[in-house]
Amino acid sequence: MVEREFTHASWAEFLAEGKLMGVRCRACGALSAVPRLVCPACRVEDLEWVELSGRGAVEGFTVIHVPPTPLAAAGYGRDRPYASAVVRLDEGPWITAQLVGVDPQRPESLRVGMRVRAEVVHQGEAVRLGFRPEG
Amino acid sequence: MKRKLGRGVAVVGAGVGKFGAFPRHDSRDLFAQAFRELRASVDRGFDPAEVEALYLGNYSSDLFEHQGHLAPIVASWVGLTPRAALRVEDACASGGVALRQAVLAVASGLYDVVLVGGVERMTALPTEAVTDTLATAGDVLYEFSAGFTFPGFYAAMATAYAAKYGMPYEALFAVARKNHAHGALNDKAQFGMTIRAIMDRRMAKAREKGGPVPSWEDELDFLRDPGANPPVAWPLRLFDCSPITDGAAALLVVAEKVARRYTDRPLRVLGTGQASDACLYGRADLASLRAAREAAAQAYAMAGVTPDQIKLAEVHDCFTIAEVLAIEDLGLFPPGQGWRAAADGATSREGRIPVNTSGGLKAKGHPVGASGVAQVVELWKQMRGEAGPRQVARDVDLALAHNVGGTGQTCVVHILERG
Repeated sequence: MVEREFTHASWAEFLAEGKLMGVRCRACGALSAVPRLVCPACRVEDLEWVELSGRGAVEGFTVIHVPPTPLAAAGYGRDRPYASAVVRLDEGPWITAQLVGVDPQRPESLRVGMRVRAEVVHQGEAVRLGFRPEG
Repeated sequence: MKRKLGRGVAVVGAGVGKFGAFPRHDSRDLFAQAFRELRASVDRGFDPAEVEALYLGNYSSDLFEHQGHLAPIVASWVGLTPRAALRVEDACASGGVALRQAVLAVASGLYDVVLVGGVERMTALPTEAVTDTLATAGDVLYEFSAGFTFPGFYAAMATAYAAKYGMPYEALFAVARKNHAHGALNDKAQFGMTIRAIMDRRMAKAREKGGPVPSWEDELDFLRDPGANPPVAWPLRLFDCSPITDGAAALLVVAEKVARRYTDRPLRVLGTGQASDACLYGRADLASLRAAREAAAQAYAMAGVTPDQIKLAEVHDCFTIAEVLAIEDLGLFPPGQGWRAAADGATSREGRIPVNTSGGLKAKGHPVGASGVAQVVELWKQMRGEAGPRQVARDVDLALAHNVGGTGQTCVVHILERG
């Protein structure tokens, strides 16, 4: 595995390459879906990048009708809402991301526990993490 | 481990300005109004020259007003220069944390008399910019980029809570109705109106204009109407959200040994607790705030009291679901039972444990840096029997304030006892 700094910039670079990367503590095995320099579980500074399966389940979700300005600029708004979720990955750690391939006009079609799979979403210049329902 | 304050600390004065939208008032003006009410509240009067320091809760005057370094300006505006003045920032818990810092400073023996302030002026920015500014209290790298807004964060907690405990989303309407009913009795509230009054006013306006008059049967019908109560971050709708508010509040915090100089009826700070937590993606549960449970445990232990002894609570209801989580995290209701409390009347002014008699952030308004201080101003008024038309009938000798920053990355809890 290429050694890259444990920073958000590296994480975003991996994502642009199509990989959802997390970090694992070599000492205690704790996994985080976002980079850290110090293990939040055992405080040891001996971490490594690991590729995550990108599969998981929705812990909580929302359909946002009043977006922040970057998403408003991307065309989202009261009449064009989007869904975002907190996802528990199968390896354990949680991550936040937009839900893609869902119908935000029908929030009742979404549910906690729903199985999802990670996907790289290109929004103009930006590369974002998204999750699409499985099956 | 049970912690104690180094020496006793008391609140001997409290004031709050009117909450709302005030285009002609900036933070210093808002604070000066709260300061005036505080000054009038001190039974034996007080000379501002006695104040040794100002602890000012403020989330983001930088982004809201393009004004940093706010505390010395505010200190100067109320005549405290050259006393120490500092701004305390922990998102929407800034006010509660400013109080805690003041309590710690007095308990340490460093100061005998300090002024605690909280202020935010939010309405100068358009709504989208306010949404962006508040979202910076979450994780900008991993949450903001995922499209989350503040209502969105709490909406995710609401879906998680509903899935875990079987709460129907409409149960949240009861929290809004109860807090608006309380707020209608508070002349400082931004929305001093019941939901029914808001509904009636809209119907009257439609009639005046000669347009079609909506035919809502009752408040529930009104709240279910996506036209009247549109989704902001589903399942949370407009009436689930606290408003964008300008406002300020102030407390005079002193060493217990000098409290009688100011009043025969001081409030003793019996317990204080504060804790932190990871952002949403670093949690183990979305249906409870670990920082709130931890801060409450510290405050109860220091105070030597149990939740069933608390007579009244002001809790952080930035969204309706937040009040449900709060009353459970504080141990006032068992896990999974909090959503029934408002509908059952348990948390109303006449209920077993009145919650948010001020109207809460929901109806009183939520000038984020001021909210935690204003909560304690409400406790002051209720505990001294000075809450006017919203005064609770029972004797309130022990009360609690619960103030949350962000999505629960910060929580601070204070327990006060009438001395």
